[in-house]
This record gives sequence, C-alpha cells and structure tokens, in this order.
Amino acid sequence: MRIIRAELAKLFSTRMWWILLAALAVYVAFVAVLFAVLFGALSDQLNTGAGAPVELGDVFTLVYSSATAIGYVFPVLLGALAVTAEFRHQTLTPTFLATPGRGRVLAGKVAALGVVGGLFGVVAFIASVAPGALVLDLTDMNTGLGDTDTWLMIARGILAMALWAIIGVGLGALIPNQVAVIVIVLVFTQFLEPILRTAAGIWEWAGTLAQFLPGAASDALVGASVFSALGTTGGAPVLEWWQGGLVLLAIAVVATVAGYLTSWKKDVT
Amino acid sequence: MPSGVSIEINGLSKSFGKVQAVSDLSFTVQPGRVTGFLGPNGAGKTTTLRMLLNLVKPSSGTATFGGVAYANLDAPLATVGTALEAASFHPGRTARSHLSLYARAAGIDQSRVDATLELVGLGSYATRRVGGYSLGMRQRLGLAFALLGDPGVLVLDEPINGLDPEGIRWIRMFLGELAAQGRTVLVSSHLLSEVQQTVDEVVIIAKGRLVYQGALASLEQGTRVVVDALDRPGLRTALAAAGAAVSDVDTGLAVTGLTAPEIGLTALRAGIALNLLAPESEGLEKIFLKLVGEDVNA
Repeated sequence: MRIIRAELAKLFSTRMWWILLAALAVYVAFVAVLFAVLFGALSDQLNTGAGAPVELGDVFTLVYSSATAIGYVFPVLLGALAVTAEFRHQTLTPTFLATPGRGRVLAGKVAALGVVGGLFGVVAFIASVAPGALVLDLTDMNTGLGDTDTWLMIARGILAMALWAIIGVGLGALIPNQVAVIVIVLVFTQFLEPILRTAAGIWEWAGTLAQFLPGAASDALVGASVFSALGTTGGAPVLEWWQGGLVLLAIAVVATVAGYLTSWKKDVT
Repeated sequence: MPSGVSIEINGLSKSFGKVQAVSDLSFTVQPGRVTGFLGPNGAGKTTTLRMLLNLVKPSSGTATFGGVAYANLDAPLATVGTALEAASFHPGRTARSHLSLYARAAGIDQSRVDATLELVGLGSYATRRVGGYSLGMRQRLGLAFALLGDPGVLVLDEPINGLDPEGIRWIRMFLGELAAQGRTVLVSSHLLSEVQQTVDEVVIIAKGRLVYQGALASLEQGTRVVVDALDRPGLRTALAAAGAAVSDVDTGLAVTGLTAPEIGLTALRAGIALNLLAPESEGLEKIFLKLVGEDVNA
C-alpha cells in the first residue's frame, strides 16, 4: 500500500498532472460543445425538410463520449511521462534505494496511474457532460441524463481512462526516452490510428483487424464514439464492450511486462 | 543510536560488454570509523557502490551489509543511507516533497523529513523547487536523503564535490561524529587530499582492482622527510643506526622509515643540531598516485 501512496505523491508533487488535466478538460469541453451545437443544428435541418427524418442515433452519447474518444491521449501521456521522468531525472536511483523490489515499484505505479487515470476520466466526463447537456437542453434535444444506460456508458468511459493511463506506464517502460514516447503516442493516436480505422472501412478483412486497434477497442468499451457514429469506419464490425475492455487490458499488460523485462530490470548507472 | 554493520565486498566483478569495470574486488568496511574509498575517475568506485546497493547487477561476487544483500534488507533506508554522485532529483519537486515521498515509500516517519533538512542546513529552502538549487545545495539534499532513515551505515559517493569551504569543514566534522556514534561510514573520492583529514581507513582501487586497504597512517609511513645538519655524516650514521633508509638529495638527506619527530629525537640523542627537518607535504598524494598508477613523474 505504501508504495502506491508514494507513487501517488510522486504524481501530485510536480505540475505535470494538472497541466495535462486542465488541457484535457478544456479540449474535451470544447469538442463536446462543438458536437452538441453541430449535431443539434444538423438534426434540426434534416428533420424539418420533407421526407423521413434521418436517424443520427443518440446525439448525447456522441457528445458525452468525446471525453474518451478525444481525451484518451491525456492519461496515456500522464502514464508515459510518469515512467520516463524517472529515467530522465535519474530518480530511479532513490526510488530503487527506497524500494529495492523493482517489480513492486512498477506494480505501485500501475495502481497509482490506474487511480489517477480514473480521476482524469471523471474530470473528462464532467467537462463533456456539463456543457454538452446544457447545449442539448437549450436546443430542445434529449440529454439522456435520466437514462441508466448513459451513466453506465460514463462508468465504462472512466474505466477506459484508467486502462489508458496504465497503457501509458507500459509504453513509458518500453520506450524510456521521454521525447520519443511523446512523439510516438501523439503520432499514433492523433494520426496513424484514425487513418487506419478509416481505411479499414474499405475492406472487410481490414475492418476485422481494425476493431482490435487500441482506439477502436476503447470506443467499443465505452460504447460510443464520433468515429463509429459518423460511419467513418463503414460497416466495420465493433467488439462487445467487455471484449473492448479485455483488448485494452491485454495491451496494458503486454506493454508493462515487456517494459519491465527490457528497461526496468536493467542496471541503473 | 543505530549501530552500524560492516560492509563486506567479496570477489566482486562487473563487466560492461568487453570493458572490465571491476575485477575480483574484496574488502571490508568496519563500523565506528570513516573509511575512504579512493581511486582515480573511472577506477570503478561508483560501479562498486552501485553493485553494493543493488542498482547494478554484479557479473560475479557478492556485496552485503553484515551478510545481508541490499535487496534483502527489511528496512533498506533505515539500515543504509546513500548519497550517490549523480544528483537524482526531479527539478520540479521541492526538497520537502522529494524527501517526503521516499520516506513514504520506505515507511519512515514524515517528521524525519524536516528534521534531516534542518540537519543539513536546508531548513529554510524546504519549499523551494530543486531545479533552482546550487550544486552545494543539491549535495546537502543528497545527504539529507541518506540520513532520512537514521541509518547505521552511510555510503556517500563524492559528498565533498561542489561544497564551499564552509560546507567542506561542516561535512568533515559531521562524518567524524557519525562514525564516533558507531556508524559505518564509507566515503568515496578521487582525491586523497579531499578526505585525508576525515578518514581513518582507506580502500584504494585502480582499474577495478584493490591496490591498498588499511589505516591511512600506515600508508603515510613511506613518506620522506628531508633533513640536514652541519654534521651530515654523523647524522647519517645516527639515522641508519635507528633503522631508517637514508639517501642523498641536493638539500640534505632524504629519510624514509622514520617520522619527523622520531628523526628529531634521534638527532638530539646523537647530539647533532639539525638545520633542516622537512616532511614532504605532498608525500601522501604521491604515494596515492603511485599506487593507482598515475604518477606523472614516474
């Protein structure tokens, strides 16, 4: 327990956590409001015209899930930076002096980042639901807040953010170079995966593979995302929520164990 | 008062690829005195200390604290206090939060944090971020980390490096006190002169091998003293009779095997008035350099 408390103290004793958290909240709130306004106006226009109303699905799930669909990169960065900072500032020395069991230290980090990742999730959903629901309400659209399913989606989203933070820990251990891991995380999450998921809509076999991409698995766990709603993934299959969760968990475990074996166990010189 | 246990290094070796950093090193460090761990840069001091502390895995051999490896200590920070040369701080953390989180990890009472900061003279800088610290302040914070658990054994890598004269005087006195309390104190340095006034014992290594272990005083016995008298032949005879090795130099006679006071006494008994009695001040440093194979004049 005390190793988890120490790892939490580590996270909260530098400025990184609240810089990332503030950026997450602002970014997610902006996107949620944008979606609420955009889809509110869109469905108004589509449905006032003649002919059958176009089914956009539940706009509110789309708005709220921007917390994870857009915000998941922040817990990943937090986890990765928490590990790479130890290499960069050579704090592995005092860390391993205080706790010689290196596996225990890494386990403590995983637990601490799981907790803080969940906290990021809570803040991200506050940032998406509060302004998003306000806009939806003002435009006379369903906010879905009376619906148990909405709250279940939010709970799954918080779990996804916790898993993302742990994936960050694994990536940081696997790629101890701070600059390298930041670049890799940003390029993959912001550029590579969206392209792959869009391209995967073209061929059926690619779609089958693409559902195992981490972002797709995360969206499956949460149960909604702008990617699936806008149909950019075409008719690509989507995993069940628990399958998506297991895929994220598997990625986190594999990355962390691989990181432990490659960099974490090495000589600290 | 925590009493120290001995540090036991036994057949320790480490190679990094093809480079043999430490070769079959064995020595023991006893509690109750300050032991200097000396050698030129690159001799393998830091690697040896890091192997002792379970940070670097030895290729072979063991390093223990009273028979227990660092990884198996029940309360590592309360048994062994460590300050390693590479200042390992997150620049964005304050000194207090730096110490506080390691105290938390090691199960040490939080009251020790401010106590050790006071002890090393950083009390008024406790809430300042370490990124703004001078080298000397970082050294003191490193020492505070070492003292956090009030340990019986202290392992300090180049603790004097970067301290101002006032700090040097303070740490010399402080290390002496810690040893007098019965603790084991191991202090590494690449300069003998830096620790000469502090240490009782020395362990000297060069190129990863042990070249000397013993009291500093016995190392000094090889030091030359230059003497002269009007009756130079008489002095030579008297000194030779007292068991000294005597040779001629420009300024008189170079004597080894006797200390300056002993030479004075010998001359007095022989009824010879000395007009020169000069122990070579750089003798110890010269012996040290000769031992580690860096004697430029050799």
